[in-house]
Amino acid sequence: MTREEIFDGLNEVFRDVFDDDDITVTDSTTADDIEDWDSLEHINLIVATEKKFGVKFTMGEVTGMKNVGEMVDAILQKI
Amino acid sequence: MKELLYPFDGDYIIKKKKSIKKALLEENKTFTDKKIAILGGSTTNDVRLILELFLLNYGIRPEFYESEYNQYWQDAMFSNQELEVFSPDIIYIHTTARNITEYPVLSDDASAVEEKLARQYRHFEQMWERLGTVYRCPVIQNNFEYPGYRLMGNMEASDIHGRINFITRLNLKFYEYAQTHKNFFINDINYVSSCYGLDRWLDDFYWHMYKYALAVPAIPELAHNLARIIKSVYGKNKKALVLDLDNTLWGGVVGDDGVENLALGQEVPMGQVYSEFQSYLKEHKDLGVLLNVNSKNDYENAVAGLNHPDGVLKPEDFIVIMANWNNKDKNIADMAELLNIMPDSMVFVDDNPAERAIVERTVQGVAVPVMDSPENYIRVLDRAGYFEMTSLSADDAKRNEMYKENAKRAQLQLSYDNYEEYLISLEMTAHIKAFEPVYMARIAQLTNKSNQFNLTTKRYSQADIEAFAADDGYITLYGKLEDKFGDNGVVSVVIGRIDGNELHIDLWLMSCRVLKRDMENAMMDMLVKRSLEHGVARIRGYYFPTAKNGMVKEFYHTMGFAKESEDEEGNSVWTFDIGIEYTNKNKVIKVVG
Repeated sequence: MTREEIFDGLNEVFRDVFDDDDITVTDSTTADDIEDWDSLEHINLIVATEKKFGVKFTMGEVTGMKNVGEMVDAILQKI
Repeated sequence: MKELLYPFDGDYIIKKKKSIKKALLEENKTFTDKKIAILGGSTTNDVRLILELFLLNYGIRPEFYESEYNQYWQDAMFSNQELEVFSPDIIYIHTTARNITEYPVLSDDASAVEEKLARQYRHFEQMWERLGTVYRCPVIQNNFEYPGYRLMGNMEASDIHGRINFITRLNLKFYEYAQTHKNFFINDINYVSSCYGLDRWLDDFYWHMYKYALAVPAIPELAHNLARIIKSVYGKNKKALVLDLDNTLWGGVVGDDGVENLALGQEVPMGQVYSEFQSYLKEHKDLGVLLNVNSKNDYENAVAGLNHPDGVLKPEDFIVIMANWNNKDKNIADMAELLNIMPDSMVFVDDNPAERAIVERTVQGVAVPVMDSPENYIRVLDRAGYFEMTSLSADDAKRNEMYKENAKRAQLQLSYDNYEEYLISLEMTAHIKAFEPVYMARIAQLTNKSNQFNLTTKRYSQADIEAFAADDGYITLYGKLEDKFGDNGVVSVVIGRIDGNELHIDLWLMSCRVLKRDMENAMMDMLVKRSLEHGVARIRGYYFPTAKNGMVKEFYHTMGFAKESEDEEGNSVWTFDIGIEYTNKNKVIKVVG
């Protein structure tokens, strides 16, 4: 799977979780860029992402992620 | 909604919860509004969001109060203006083994362990007692799941110092409380977590990251289990099973294969599967669930199959057997009329996906579980929770008998030309009295279940009912009807609020199983009698239309009330001035008051 394909999958996850079809994420997207992205929604995002790509993040990875780009890196390492 | 029907995809529900909620709210449904307080011992955000979906799916639109993180005890134990103003209809206490504050240690002697157990229990009992006094509403309490590790290994279960032993005993004490308190229900997370898989349920990632005491992906299981209890409290259980025969109750097609070649009984594995399924269904009779057959078969073949020597279910276990070549949705409509229940209180059980699709599409509200393979039948039906029990009234166990008696009455009716003669021949006796303690559960159940003959469709908890009974400002009446074929139990309820010399009828309902028996006349006579004793000169009745209570639109007119007003939505107000000479309306029922 390429980085682009992962972004496509992630866009789908973000759009579902935030119920907003206009969302497009990039490497530098953070919680500050999406209005409803608070700590409680964050967990749903993680669960949905894990499900989408068939991966499981460790606590260390989740606490260390600074932006969507780092999330993509973590997924790439696992698949 | 299909997405919320067991076996559901929890991950999908979590991901799509916002769009699912929108879709549920757009469904053309009449919702019952309920206020639910969630008092949590850990994070509850997603518990609330997912619970909302399952409740909406059951026709309950919740408004929530949610305690701050781990403030369940403080919220319950101390004066809490916000919660008091909120005035919950149900309080749910979401605590888990994470909220157990002390466990036995190996150096404890037996009495020290006992003391710890008593202290942990008392912490909760105190809270339930206070909630019971202050809020007077049903309380739902989690029991405890098992812990994630076993220090001593297997001995954790048997030794008094073991955490598994401690949790098991604590759970038992919770159950004792439930056995003696009618408005208190256990949400059995111990069972649900074991079904889900304890290791996955207790994934500590979610605890350390977000203080969820169970894994977020497990929340739909928890929420579904909880929603089952709540919908049962509000009378939204199903009432009847409508069963196909071939490849549903036995393996094979009776018309083609012959009775002797059906897979049923202990000889072959496939026969054993169907025998167990039949036993499971038969047990439902004791819960008051009505068993019926809806099968494309010649009637003789169907009955021959049901008389299979190794069959557990026999023809006499069913209320209605429809074995014909009609479309199954038509049979369901006919059955609903015969049984006097709504099609949306039925569960249609059929192995054939085409039949299921037709019924699902044409019969609104009927439950259609996916019966894919016989070894899964029991689990698919059971986990869906169609018949979740929150109170067992004596009437439940007798319900099958009563419906059969009704069938006999219908036959007798055919032999009379004059309807009044028929009613007299039934030799009816009614007990019409103020609410009595033994019937409180049944009365509350009726207020939550009756939809058709129900003038205001107000739903009350047992605590509400007890409060009316104790209040001098109310006239309460229950009506119990017996006849020569049997006892129908409590079938009618009236609650009137006294205001000076007027009486406002807040509730008047009757079970449809006694329609056209003149029971409403007997209730009216008694209501007038009690009103006069209380110095009431005028009775005001109210009719609030719903999707289901059209049959009583003109009820007060029939009873001799005059229509005072009606608004655009069809809500009407009726008055009845009690004259000096009130003539009793009932002429066919002997009344004991």
